[in-house]
Amino acid sequence: MNDASSGRATTPAPAGGPGAAPVPTKVVRLRHPWRIVVAVLLLAVVAVFIIDAAQREAFDWPNVGKYVFDQRVSQAAGFTLLLTVLSMIIGVVLGVILAVMRQSPNPVLKSIAWVWLWVFRGTPVYVQLVFWGLLSTIYTSIDLGVPFMEPWVSYPTTALLNTFWLAVIGLALNESAYMAEIVRAGLLSVDPGQSEAATALGMSWGKSMRRVVLPQAMRVIIPPTGNEVISMLKTTSLVTAVPFTLELYTRTRDISAAIFTPIPLLIVASIWYLAITSVLMVGQYFLEKRYARGVGARPDTGPGPVTGAMSAVDAEIAETAIAAKHGGDAR
Amino acid sequence: MSEQTTTPAGVDESAASSTPMVLAEHVSKSFGSNEVLKDISLEVRRGEVLCLVGPSGSGKSTFLRCINHLEQVSSGRLSVDGTPVGYREVGDKLYEMHPKDAAKQRRDIGMVFQRFNLFPHMTALENVMEAPTQVKRVSKAKAKARALELLARVGLAERADYYPAHLSGGQQQRVAIARALAMDPKLMLFDEPTSALDPELVGEVLDVMKELAKTGMTMIVVTHEMGFAREVADTLVFMDGGVVVETGDPREVLANPQHARTQAFLSKVL
Repeated sequence: MNDASSGRATTPAPAGGPGAAPVPTKVVRLRHPWRIVVAVLLLAVVAVFIIDAAQREAFDWPNVGKYVFDQRVSQAAGFTLLLTVLSMIIGVVLGVILAVMRQSPNPVLKSIAWVWLWVFRGTPVYVQLVFWGLLSTIYTSIDLGVPFMEPWVSYPTTALLNTFWLAVIGLALNESAYMAEIVRAGLLSVDPGQSEAATALGMSWGKSMRRVVLPQAMRVIIPPTGNEVISMLKTTSLVTAVPFTLELYTRTRDISAAIFTPIPLLIVASIWYLAITSVLMVGQYFLEKRYARGVGARPDTGPGPVTGAMSAVDAEIAETAIAAKHGGDAR
Repeated sequence: MSEQTTTPAGVDESAASSTPMVLAEHVSKSFGSNEVLKDISLEVRRGEVLCLVGPSGSGKSTFLRCINHLEQVSSGRLSVDGTPVGYREVGDKLYEMHPKDAAKQRRDIGMVFQRFNLFPHMTALENVMEAPTQVKRVSKAKAKARALELLARVGLAERADYYPAHLSGGQQQRVAIARALAMDPKLMLFDEPTSALDPELVGEVLDVMKELAKTGMTMIVVTHEMGFAREVADTLVFMDGGVVVETGDPREVLANPQHARTQAFLSKVL
């Protein structure tokens, strides 16, 4: 290049040609003084708020400290966690079944899945929980036998399902509708060539689903599912509608009603919710790492350009799934 | 139409009298009202390498996908090694198979795709081991030994632990060939195996396929690589608009195409 340009007399000799003046190399970065001003202002506001909050009587910090490790509260947190885990497990299993049903060639299965989604996504979860609470009023006994004949066995509903299980069912069925759409988005994100290759190798539908499609769909499914778990943790505060009263929010409300101090116990509940959420987020991080196999950096080099492009696409799909959920309807 | 399949010399091994590996009789295939295969009759003998060429949309890939029942034929009879693919023959009727039984049939037919379709969440080695361990229930140790042997055969022994995203297109396609071979197929189908590759990577894949042809593998190759067809194929089939236009020895067809449509096509690609 240098030889060529020096040979051509008409070209304005650019810097770097033989014998040219040394190139100025110092780069002066653009300064952003306003960033610093804004940052200092914000820090000042935050500091003022913290100092004020620490001294404010209404927050009643001594009571927060007293009740945060109260046994009733930690037990209630345990119930909240149990409600979350159980209803998520059932919700995910039902969600996978519904997602597969919606892909089914059988129109009856497809429609049933659609109607399920329509009902459980289209009504507020609070309303659903109140309904579940009234289950024993609507169906006083649960019978086993041939329809419209004398049942073989009959149990009173209240004996079979206490308020805890009604709460779990209510939360799980509501969740299944959302999970179905998340799983469906994940399945659709996997290149159809993948299941085709699995089929060509002689794998059955179930095997190609388990070994090839689902592990790849997981990368798209996990981030919005993590969202769902955290959302579920907070939704458990609504099961007082059933009424199940041993979970965190209702329990702290009950305590505060007895001692006439609502604010410190709200703080106590918030601390527990935040603590559980933090633990769940750590779990999500490790799950995501597990399913990122094959898209991370090669052991001996940095990440390739393909990797970046792929994760951008996946992120987009995940975002679409979340937007579809939160944009479409208020829960 | 079967008289179109001329017999090239020196293909048959010991199985001269046995049934053809692939036999298509009056095969037609429609997608809705769109007829993509029209009355195709073809015969592929054991150990034969057949190249299917033709413009895009001529039905080559669809025909290939019918052979391992990824697509169902609309009419006609298509059998591999004497057995109808995807159907059970009882009397004069063909009963559609349960997908599980169809899956069993596909074990013996290897397929290589244009876009490789390697499983991205598995290493090259795991890709090759997957079908033997999961479908044939071969022990892990045995499958691993065989997979390493196959990867060495396609020149990728030292890439065994790489994920597909970290392999070049040519390397990925060679892993895909090893993956198909791991099931010990009696027939290999190649669906434009070099069309998605950078020009400089085409050669390494074709070399592997040439080696495979030398071992006596029966191969059906949909391709635009006329050089490969001339050098390796025993038979060249030119398809256009869903029909077989011309069939014959590749050297003869390429040098002296009889049909006007073949001449027009070859004048553009050669």
